[in-house]
Amino acid sequence: MTTLVSHTFWMTNRRLKVLVKQPAFVLILLVQPAIWLFLFGNLFRRVVELPHFGAASYLDYLVPGVVVMTAVSSNMWAGMGMLEEIERGTMNRLLTTPVARSAIMNAAVVEQALSTTVQVVAIILLGLVAGAEYPGGPAGLTVLTLAAILLGTIFSALSNTIGMLARQRETIIGINSMLLLPLTFLSSAFMAETLMPEWMRTVAAANPVNWALDAARAAMSTDPDGETVLIRGGWLLAAAVAMLLLSTRTFRAYQKSV
Amino acid sequence: MTDAVTAHNLGKSYPGGVRALDGLSLTVRAGEVFGLLGPNGAGKSTTVKILTTLARPDSGTATVAGHDVLRHPDRVRRAIGVVAQRSGLDPMASGRDNLALQGRLFGVRGRALRSRVDDLLERFDLTGAAGRVVRGWSGGMQRRLDVAMALVHRPEVLFLDEPTTGLDPEVRGAMWAEIGRLATEESMAILLTTHYLDEADRLAARLAIVDGGRIVAEGTPAELKGELRGDAVHLELAKAADEPRARQAIGTVTRLREVSFDGRLVSARADDGAAAVPAALAALESAGVGVATVTVARPSLDDVYLRHAGRRFAA
Repeated sequence: MTTLVSHTFWMTNRRLKVLVKQPAFVLILLVQPAIWLFLFGNLFRRVVELPHFGAASYLDYLVPGVVVMTAVSSNMWAGMGMLEEIERGTMNRLLTTPVARSAIMNAAVVEQALSTTVQVVAIILLGLVAGAEYPGGPAGLTVLTLAAILLGTIFSALSNTIGMLARQRETIIGINSMLLLPLTFLSSAFMAETLMPEWMRTVAAANPVNWALDAARAAMSTDPDGETVLIRGGWLLAAAVAMLLLSTRTFRAYQKSV
Repeated sequence: MTDAVTAHNLGKSYPGGVRALDGLSLTVRAGEVFGLLGPNGAGKSTTVKILTTLARPDSGTATVAGHDVLRHPDRVRRAIGVVAQRSGLDPMASGRDNLALQGRLFGVRGRALRSRVDDLLERFDLTGAAGRVVRGWSGGMQRRLDVAMALVHRPEVLFLDEPTTGLDPEVRGAMWAEIGRLATEESMAILLTTHYLDEADRLAARLAIVDGGRIVAEGTPAELKGELRGDAVHLELAKAADEPRARQAIGTVTRLREVSFDGRLVSARADDGAAAVPAALAALESAGVGVATVTVARPSLDDVYLRHAGRRFAA
């Protein structure tokens, strides 16, 4: 166990050292959510006037939406990094050392979690500057951040799994372009659930993006709903652990094809 | 003392029905440099991947440093150093960071790690560049770092998978010297794959020729060359279309034996090459066949390869 922790630490350290050497990439990570916040904030500003929308300020409503969309869209590319490591031979080098297999996957996910956290904090601050209010206070914002990290873990582990199995960039690009918008719009990210068609609400109930939003919105409201936070948070956690285990299992398939 | 590597009857097919290994067996003794020689696709890399626990064989068994590669891959990984064809360095990390991380994954830490990293940088003449990211290094420097990485935990068995492919001749010479030094100074077994005949001849104490996923010949370079009697005679025809007539003409030259044709190339053996060449040229000339080049040589591994794999070595 200590080996796993120390290997995960060193493997994460390796990735972060590379990340900080690419300031342009870090800048893009921060600019992209700002653009979404600005675009959607202006485009949909008046939807709160619809009857039964249930929020007073669209900006307040939008912040968690942009957070989850960002968490999904940046984490779902994790598999590209995995592919690069395979092509470069780094993966094979690591696999011939005693490094814990799960440490390789964990490190990829921890790196993603850290950059997700930075992005979430940036969105929260931007919202604040634009005049958003967070009645749930620090506790609500913490739940929002944790939900984003768990959601991100689900999608980065999924992306790593696809990368290891398909071994093709095109597969990841195709799946991501197909998934991102439906996953976001089949959730309460930009539109209140009460205003969705019945079938959409049914689909949204099974959408992890919506679990994250349910948990975050429940914690961020003036009257926080702890039960919803725990139940939806629990589902997110279970899905994240399951995806991580699945991604580590792919080393067996890799061993057959290498 | 246990053998460094044993492989027994290894078989492996890849999806799509490619049979990479077809009953390959070999033994590398403790402390020796063993060369695995063959063209691309012969099964050398697949063998290395199985012995270094990257791939699993469909059939057969193998041990490395006394540990079964299938039952105790973790013990094998602790005992081996691997220099793969694709280097796998972190291009955005410095040389020192690359080495230090590799050491940490093997549990080397603290002062021991620092001094080991310094020693290896010094030994491979990389101290000056150690702090710079590897992406800007020359190919030769990156290759030296690859070897240093494989040695950081003092392995019992070192795998070198085509260590000099893609290097220019000067760098290759330096690499040979380094590998030779490793073999004599460290009590380490080395399994080396190569498609360069001269490399195998120069570095390996024993070698095996791989073709079609199995070993077709094995022994010391001298033993393998000794199997061939006399000189090798190689003729290159001016026109490939002349081959049928050339076959007929060469057939009449009694001084030549073991004649084989491969496109424009004609190879044969002769007890006295210098005497056989004029006879062969005369026969070809009277048949109206033009000859572009003629060479006579003492037996080389190229000839050994030709004899066992049934065709010319095309690396």
